Amino acid sequence: VLSLTVQPRCKIIRFILIQNRAGKTRLAKWYMQFDDDEKQKLIEEVHAVVTVRDAKHTNFVEFRNFKIIYRRYAGLYFCICVDVTDNNLAYLEAIHNFVEVLNEYFHNVCELDLVFNFYKVYTVVDEMFLAGEIRETSQTKVLKQLLMLQSLE
Amino acid sequence: MPAVSKGDGMRGLAVFISDIRNCKSKEAEIKRINKELANIRSKFKGDKALDGYSKKKYVCKLLFIFLLGHDIDFGHMEAVNLLSSNKYTEKQIGYLFISVLVNSNSELIRLINNAIKNDLSSRNPTFMCLALHCIANVGSREMAEAFAGEIPRILVAGDTMDSVKQSAALCLLRLYKTSPDLVLMGEWTSRVVHLLNDQHMGVVTAAISLITCLSQKNPDEFKTCVSLAVSRLSRIVSSASTDLQDYTYYFVPAPWLSCKLLRLLQCYPPPEDGAVKGRLVECLETILNKAQEPPKSKKVQHSNAKNAILFEAISLIIHYDSEPNLLVRACNQLGQFLQHRETNLRYLALESMCTLASSEFSHEAVKTHIETVINALKTERDVSVRQRAADLLYAMCDRSNAKQIVAEMLSYLETADYSIREEMVLKVAILAEKYAVDYSWYVDTILNLIRIAGDYVSEEVWYRVIQIVINRDDVQGYAAKTVFEALQAPACHENMVKVGGYILGEFGNLIAGDPRSSPLVQFNLLHSKFHLCSVPTRALLLSAYIKFINLFPETKSTIQEVLRSDSQIRNSDVELQQRAVEYLKLSSIASTDVLATVLEEMPPFPERESSILAKLKKKKGPGAVSVNELEEGKREGGELNGGGERGDNSAIAASNAVRDTNKYEKHCFEIFISALQLKSWGSGFATPGCPCMFVCLTHTHTLLSLALRFVCKNNGVLFENQLLQIGIKSEYRQNLGRMYLFYGNKTSVQFITFTTTLNVQSKPVEPLIEGGAQVQQVINIECLTDFSDAPLLNIKFRYGGALQNLTLKLPVTINKFFQPTEMASHDFFQRWKQLSLPQQEAQKIFKANHAMDTEVLKAKLLGLGMALLENVDPNPENFVCAGVIQTKAQQVGSLLRLEPNAQAQMYRLTVRSSKDTVSKRLCELLAEQF
Repeated sequence: VLSLTVQPRCKIIRFILIQNRAGKTRLAKWYMQFDDDEKQKLIEEVHAVVTVRDAKHTNFVEFRNFKIIYRRYAGLYFCICVDVTDNNLAYLEAIHNFVEVLNEYFHNVCELDLVFNFYKVYTVVDEMFLAGEIRETSQTKVLKQLLMLQSLE
Repeated sequence: MPAVSKGDGMRGLAVFISDIRNCKSKEAEIKRINKELANIRSKFKGDKALDGYSKKKYVCKLLFIFLLGHDIDFGHMEAVNLLSSNKYTEKQIGYLFISVLVNSNSELIRLINNAIKNDLSSRNPTFMCLALHCIANVGSREMAEAFAGEIPRILVAGDTMDSVKQSAALCLLRLYKTSPDLVLMGEWTSRVVHLLNDQHMGVVTAAISLITCLSQKNPDEFKTCVSLAVSRLSRIVSSASTDLQDYTYYFVPAPWLSCKLLRLLQCYPPPEDGAVKGRLVECLETILNKAQEPPKSKKVQHSNAKNAILFEAISLIIHYDSEPNLLVRACNQLGQFLQHRETNLRYLALESMCTLASSEFSHEAVKTHIETVINALKTERDVSVRQRAADLLYAMCDRSNAKQIVAEMLSYLETADYSIREEMVLKVAILAEKYAVDYSWYVDTILNLIRIAGDYVSEEVWYRVIQIVINRDDVQGYAAKTVFEALQAPACHENMVKVGGYILGEFGNLIAGDPRSSPLVQFNLLHSKFHLCSVPTRALLLSAYIKFINLFPETKSTIQEVLRSDSQIRNSDVELQQRAVEYLKLSSIASTDVLATVLEEMPPFPERESSILAKLKKKKGPGAVSVNELEEGKREGGELNGGGERGDNSAIAASNAVRDTNKYEKHCFEIFISALQLKSWGSGFATPGCPCMFVCLTHTHTLLSLALRFVCKNNGVLFENQLLQIGIKSEYRQNLGRMYLFYGNKTSVQFITFTTTLNVQSKPVEPLIEGGAQVQQVINIECLTDFSDAPLLNIKFRYGGALQNLTLKLPVTINKFFQPTEMASHDFFQRWKQLSLPQQEAQKIFKANHAMDTEVLKAKLLGLGMALLENVDPNPENFVCAGVIQTKAQQVGSLLRLEPNAQAQMYRLTVRSSKDTVSKRLCELLAEQF
């Protein structure tokens, strides 16, 4: 059994994943050290766990010693892996907040935007989440910053 | 509105991505990628210097290829070059490449750190943020060494931009987690705490994560954060839904910050200052009040954000566990959620109520929702919700509702998901025991449990019911009657046969008066199950039969007949054969008095914590069972078991409990063996040609490899054949050891001229071993210098007329002289580097011979004698150990690293010692163990 613990009491996001229904990864952001094989294994497991659930189920699912908070938008699953004692609804809405920013930034975001602009998606993530914690929650502030960066050469 | 078009800025990249997407097959994709890699390689190697734009584009393409799952082995240098560009987009791609593809190439790390250093001192907030994000994403020790001193300065400096402060706070958090020893807050503590007052809510949001983590480690130094957090929370909670503008989310003011503030407060006890406490209680009341107000929006985002705060507030209320009024209000609120149409809310309410149930103030309030919870267990569609309902029923159970809850759980078990059955079984078993007022109910419940979910009833559960029946004479008759009835079913679970065999063997006499359950009827019933059972159950039944002979002399001839049959006395299983032979002999030779003594009723088990509770705790992990519950368990359990002393260490208690039940078996045998030694029996048993011995006699054994089994343990059976069993017990201290060898004669015939010779010196052993008896030999060991070859032990004796000759390797290996050495990560790696001569290292890569179970690996490594170091290796899957081998001549420090690769089912083992022969030997020894 793989253990995902860093230190017992400092709770952080372990990873953020965006996957499509076929299991293709559109973003993988890791907040702790995994080797490549293990990352691949986690990606596959999360896909297997999340895609079998139906809309009437909760947006939370236990995963190893952790839980995945996830939400589906069209064909994309946005997943955050956190500690079992973390606040489910806060992370569920953090996902939505992130999606709204992406939507605004890419002007009606679709899966292809995330493919072609993968390097910009990382910038958006880093503005909103850093070191496994929520960094900024104001959509206005994040978008203003992204717009400013966009104007830089 | 900001909007970006597809791949703007880097056309070549967009074309490449399109090409990849258009590939019809994996082969085509690989071909296209290889073409691109060749192209990029030639550009990087070409004579023409690349401009920044091209470099950025190619590095970005490499990154894309890597993210597709291909290895990238070049381009790192170009990425590092991008870091020193003055253009944001180039720098950004450089940093991104480094963050995603970081490796520990030390040369590169130095260059990266140089670039980061420049950016941190650039006073350009965009560049500073990029550098900080890179540190936060990589978080390596080298980076901590380079920047842990600088970042707190940036964080608290008056002229630092807000966005940089946000990044600096979380960057520091990351470094603190990877290298706490390098992050010294000292002089900065107070200024960091005061970031809670910062005007910029984003700064507070980031800083509070840092403060929470730091205050968990140093609560006293950070305790001023409590009053600051309360006043910040109070300002947010009392603000109107539009006051906080940017930080209002679907009409909820600053939901994430509120949650973080409430979570920070959970690191501390309730505030001592009355005014602060009053203000906080007011906040919590306001949050509870808001939950009752009509929603300001129908959007789920609104209610989720609002409820996120509410659940966090309830967590804090439960954490304080001191405000009855708030606890009951929280409980009522959760009660409403139990019937909410949103599955998420029902789930969270069940989860949260579970902790409320353990508070004495809210326990009663929680209990009022029992019907709803039972209904949830029956009707919820999502298994994880049903699981929470089962957890809550368990938590709310007390004497008043135990019968109802246990009955509901039992009926749910019939259709429960396989994934949660074992846990449900444990819970039912615990509740039944804990709240048993009348023990017939307890016995009924456990037997029902075995009937309904026999496959999921672990040993602990059936051991426990036997312990309790043995210890309580008021329930023994009922238990005998009930198992007898349960065994009538045509298809009985094997666990039922075990319990039945044990209980009838002990207490069958209590129901023997009824002709419907006369001794012979009981025996025939048990024996009708015999042939369908596994070996351990059959062994148990044989013991029950010999007990029957004692309880009911009239069954003796029938049972002897059974024991005498070929299928028993010539059974291919040694254990069954031995029992049949010995029980048969015992029953025909022993007088009634001797039989009555040997087969006496089992004495009561010593009182201790329920083995089942220990098992549940183990299953759920530490902390899953609250302290309350444990204490309650003690109180209530004490009552149940007649208030004896209870084991504190649950793990030990559990294993003892298991052992104790096994003792039924062992007990029988031990007494049996000593009975055999009684003088009056001696001659009868020493007769050669006893009919039961038909073993083939082997003349010479040379068994050298067995010793390897003892590398990681000190006690066990060293050797066994049909004649002789050699047990071993050993203990080691420093460079000294003592080994006890036990030679057991498994036959009924004497071994004569028994001698052992060791290629080193030893005390002579008794020359004669009586049939069934055991003699002991002690060997003192001193380790003079390191060694590879173990001493050889030669054993000779006569059995019947034949000379037996046996050579064994004594299980003395160099690792027995280890003294464990605890050390911190830093020391370990320093020491590791010092042992860098090629001959000091021995490495082996080998296939796993056993399942790669972490716990088993740990146990083996501990058995090795070294200290198993936690949190040292950056990869949590790996194991590292340290120890010093004590010999008379010198001490040999050794370090070990074991890297399992679960996918390949391989291990890499590396040992470094100050002496080359030791590394080599340790590596050889260990490679055989996993």
